[in-house]
Amino acid sequence: MSNVAIDLTGVTKLFGNKLVVDGLSFTVASGECFGLLGPNGAGKSTIARMLLGMTRPDAGDITVLGLPVPARSRLARKGIGVVPQFDNLDLEFTVRENLLVFGRYFGMRTREINAVIPRLLEFARLESKADSRVGLLSGGMKRRLTLARALINDPQLLVMDEPTTGLDPHARHLIWERLRFLLASGKTIILTTHFMEEAERLCDRLCVLERGRKIAEGSPHALIDEYIGCNVIEIFGGNPQELISLIRPYVQRIEVSGETLFCYAPDPEDVRIQLRGRAGLRILERPPSLEDVFLRLTGREMEK
Amino acid sequence: MGERLAAALPANAWNWIAVWRRNHLAWKKVAFASMLGTLADPMIYLFGLGTGLGLLVGRIEGASYIAFLAAGMVATSAMTASTFETIYAVFGRMRDQGTWEAILHTQLTLGDIVLGELTWAATKAFLAGTTIAIVAAALGYAAWTSVLYVLPVIALTGFAFASLAMLVIALAPSYHYFIFYQTLVITPMLFLSGAVFPVGQLPGVFQQIAAFSPLANSIDLIRPVMLGRLGDNVGLHIGALCMFAVLPFFLSAGLFHRRLMR
Repeated sequence: MSNVAIDLTGVTKLFGNKLVVDGLSFTVASGECFGLLGPNGAGKSTIARMLLGMTRPDAGDITVLGLPVPARSRLARKGIGVVPQFDNLDLEFTVRENLLVFGRYFGMRTREINAVIPRLLEFARLESKADSRVGLLSGGMKRRLTLARALINDPQLLVMDEPTTGLDPHARHLIWERLRFLLASGKTIILTTHFMEEAERLCDRLCVLERGRKIAEGSPHALIDEYIGCNVIEIFGGNPQELISLIRPYVQRIEVSGETLFCYAPDPEDVRIQLRGRAGLRILERPPSLEDVFLRLTGREMEK
Repeated sequence: MGERLAAALPANAWNWIAVWRRNHLAWKKVAFASMLGTLADPMIYLFGLGTGLGLLVGRIEGASYIAFLAAGMVATSAMTASTFETIYAVFGRMRDQGTWEAILHTQLTLGDIVLGELTWAATKAFLAGTTIAIVAAALGYAAWTSVLYVLPVIALTGFAFASLAMLVIALAPSYHYFIFYQTLVITPMLFLSGAVFPVGQLPGVFQQIAAFSPLANSIDLIRPVMLGRLGDNVGLHIGALCMFAVLPFFLSAGLFHRRLMR
């Protein structure tokens, strides 16, 4: 088996005359967690659909698990597990029945499926819910079942479209922990997200997208070092224009996002001195994050 | 082109069974209500029209009116069972419930799904039509052996109407459009196809239209057998039903591909 799980070369997709994916190329190595990071409408879901052969590119080549897609996508999908953006579980079935029915789609025998169900339930922490109807589960439990369902065919590659969107923080952390477990056991993951924290915590490498184009690629830390490289001061509560003129000489760059100023300063103390004595300001100094990279690259804020 | 065709057609001869079994599992949970819903309508027609109108009508084609009607209701119940399964339940799984989307993420093709749904709808039609035939035989309106002969025709009728309805849902943007299919195609077909009165009662033009209706072809196969006669043009009627089962299947698979795999 080659050590390249996914390879895209010059992939372009149009809907009508709207360019949704624009000459995109990237490679995902086996065992890697690769993130597609971008706001809604950046083309992330379209890319996920193209990897599965559900949308054909207008130009470019896609190889998944060594197979050309969409030409041989049916074969490729045998080795892929999918976590879609919106849960599409069978609500009238129990947890166990959902797994059983899904295993059959992969041509597994009932006996084979029943043999792996206990492991999947344990993985998803749903042992006590095996015979509950899915319609009665919480959002986090449904998401974990979707994840367990994606593992029924023991896939090498997991394609996840916004795996934690809409979950509360506790449920989200549990999913992240489960995904790290899968990575440790050697699975390859490609995920789309608009959560900076998710990308930063999980991804070995990521690709930042804007309007279907790649605007940066690398490991989260390399991107932060390359594009920011210094601490960030967030200032909230004053008149942004007035504050900008005051501190501009002491900072490398300033971004305004909503009512907050993000100042990238080699020496934060200089900025603090300028602001001393001003009432009503909230000032926070912190290490740089991916969010700053995104702001820098796109000049606008990310949806939360 | 080749790969698009491969995605729209069944990948092999057995993948569809997984889809059929999914629907069967879901049905088992509501089997009683579902059967009641499917059978109530043809039974009401059979006994309501059969006993009521039967008094006025007397004998038709050498049989009592209720026996004449029973054969029509066998075919009609197969038609409605597979039509309604497809335009409501299958459409929901295709568009709103994400069932098809989930299946398309596995090794099944769109053609596998369509074939599985089609076979399931035909199964429900088979169940409905067979039940009516058994009731008719139990009440002495048809010979028991004739029920055996009509079983394959009931199944084929189910396939034909499921296939036609599949074409409708492949094209319909929403549930609202199905009312046109119901009121402009299915209901008129009931009266044009000899289900409740002989086609010979119709004006000549309508008789010619009726000859093309899948329900008329089905009734022309079922009624003679249930009334203990030999039918005419058996091969022709079977051929027509097969055409209605097969052509819309391929056409709808192609249309679904255009709709879902953009």
